[in-house]
Amino acid sequence: MDEKLIEVVNLKQHFRLGKNNIVKAVDGISFDIYRGETLGLVGESGCGKSTTGRTIIRLYQATEGQVLYEGENVHGRKNRSALKKFNRKMQMIFQDPYASLNPRMKVGDIIAEGIDIHGLAKNREERTAKVHELLNKVGLHRDYAGRYPHEASGGQRQRIGIARALAVDPEFIIADEPISALDVSIQAQIVNLMKKLQRENNLTYLFIAHDLSMVKYISDRIGVMYYGKLVELAPADELYNNPLHPYTRSLLSAIPVPDPDAERARRRKLYDPTIHQYTVLEQPQMHEVTPGHFVYCSERELEQYNSGRAIARANG
Amino acid sequence: MEPMLQDKFKLAGIKHQDADNVSRSGLSFWQDVMTRFYKNKLAMIGLVLLIGLVFMAIFGPHMTGHDYRTNNLSQKNLAPSAEHWFGTDDLGRDVFTRTWEGARISLLIGVSAALIDLLIGVIWGGIAAYRGGRTDEVMMRFADVLYGVPYLLLAILFMVVLGQSLTTMILAMTITGWINMARIVRGEVLSLKNREYILAARTLGAGMSRIMRKHLIPNTMGPILVTMTLTVPTAIFTESFLSYLGLGLSPPLASWGTMASDGLPAIKYYPWRLFFPAAFICLTIFAFNVIGDGLRDALDPKLRK
Ligand SMILES: Nc1ncnc2c1ncn2[C@@H]1O[C@H](COP(=O)(O)OP(=O)(O)OP(=O)(O)O)[C@@H](O)[C@H]1O
Ligand SMILES: [Mg+2]
Repeated sequence: MDEKLIEVVNLKQHFRLGKNNIVKAVDGISFDIYRGETLGLVGESGCGKSTTGRTIIRLYQATEGQVLYEGENVHGRKNRSALKKFNRKMQMIFQDPYASLNPRMKVGDIIAEGIDIHGLAKNREERTAKVHELLNKVGLHRDYAGRYPHEASGGQRQRIGIARALAVDPEFIIADEPISALDVSIQAQIVNLMKKLQRENNLTYLFIAHDLSMVKYISDRIGVMYYGKLVELAPADELYNNPLHPYTRSLLSAIPVPDPDAERARRRKLYDPTIHQYTVLEQPQMHEVTPGHFVYCSERELEQYNSGRAIARANG
Repeated sequence: MEPMLQDKFKLAGIKHQDADNVSRSGLSFWQDVMTRFYKNKLAMIGLVLLIGLVFMAIFGPHMTGHDYRTNNLSQKNLAPSAEHWFGTDDLGRDVFTRTWEGARISLLIGVSAALIDLLIGVIWGGIAAYRGGRTDEVMMRFADVLYGVPYLLLAILFMVVLGQSLTTMILAMTITGWINMARIVRGEVLSLKNREYILAARTLGAGMSRIMRKHLIPNTMGPILVTMTLTVPTAIFTESFLSYLGLGLSPPLASWGTMASDGLPAIKYYPWRLFFPAAFICLTIFAFNVIGDGLRDALDPKLRK
């Protein structure tokens, strides 16, 4: 479990919108993804989660920083065949089940797109067989191959999107809010499907979501983003039990609790970024507080967090 | 974590896979569009009219045995009769034959203008939108400037410099005509190029040409088709207008525009010489417009049930 599959090093993605208007969608984030794990990435809308995922998979050229896949720089200069190799290893599942399937293509052709591009089937029969196998894998009847996307429901469309990604036999899948556009009852089905596929195909996931409630079930580790920065990264349980960054605490306080009494007592904490009061001299950065638990803070805050933990330990 | 997930979520209804067995054959997108189009009465009237007009343009000139260009001064300005269905003009030519000869030319001008607009507009707008940034800015600014030049001035310039001919007429029609198409294609491609299915194709490793062929072109077909259908009547009308100003085709070539402009001075005494070409200009423009509107409605996904 501790083989690094992906290393993101000081990744930046700045969009220039005008002369003096630069959006720093991702502003210097670093993290590793281990083979076989699910890394959850959460944060409010517009904090740069999608941009992070899209830059990792090279849909956007990084402004600065590196993405290493098995130690190899993804953004470096590549020839065509090396690029194609990467294309097969990394795939993406998208948020909007309506915008992510071409309305003019049959489901079978949508799923087979990767097979066609990479020449993975020798003839039509093999192609059809592969499509049927993929449909079966994601829990859809093979008849879907001959239909158009608009005949499928949101959940079924998301399954088709998953099948399309699986067609090239990837190792790593970026799932960009794959369930947030779906009905709650369907969300669980898709999450279960993704877990099943992870076991069967030994997949590694980067699972993006905007709230913490579903992520905690699927993720081994969770990263929390706030305005282009990663503010906390920890194993899922650790993040739930010992959140350190005030923004993480605020996100956690937003999750409804299944117990009615506790739910009534739940108070939503709001995050106020001015409480840090970073001085000009302080350079907040990622600090490892306990093994595997990173938080973005200044030296001063680090001491506070450490002493807070010491007190908690003494009391507990 | 896994067992927790299992008992947190229970499958409430039927198994997913069984739910799909109510299989029906899938309608293709275009089948869908055509069904909706056929339900549109006005558009169907337009279509029938258009088919009739094209049929007459092909066979009409040979129906009466009269020639469109032979003068017969003993038979000038005759009223419609069994011999000359639409009457004759001031040189004794059969107006019926000339009307359908004119239909050929008017339709030819309209369709060629639409095709040229299509070619230039799709390439121009497509490249501008897909490239984006500076390329887009320069290309579209050029189009804006051209659009700002008074059209009539350009058309007159063309006619004077290149001489009055069918080709010049079509060229004059398209100097600024393609801009509309380019703008529409650009808008479509802009909204499509960051659509998630195109991103998905890119992550799968699809190249520029595959994205164009499989994704961009099929998905912009609709608006392009509508724009084309609406370009044809504009071109036909413009031709008539230019002919009316004396900038049109030279005799004995007949177009609806030249016939109408020849017929106008005699409107008091020989009204049929103006009436027939004018009526067919109106009918054709009407037919194309309702077909275009019908297509637009049929293609609108919001009307999809
Ligand atoms: N192609 C782009 N050009 C310019 N700005 C962009 C582009 N893509 C994203 N942005 C901006 O970057 C910021 C981060 O966007 P991003 O889509 O990554 O957010 P997100 O965390 O995925 O949000 P959501 O939860 O709404 O999906 C936003 O302010 C957005 O407006
Ligand atoms: Mg997003």
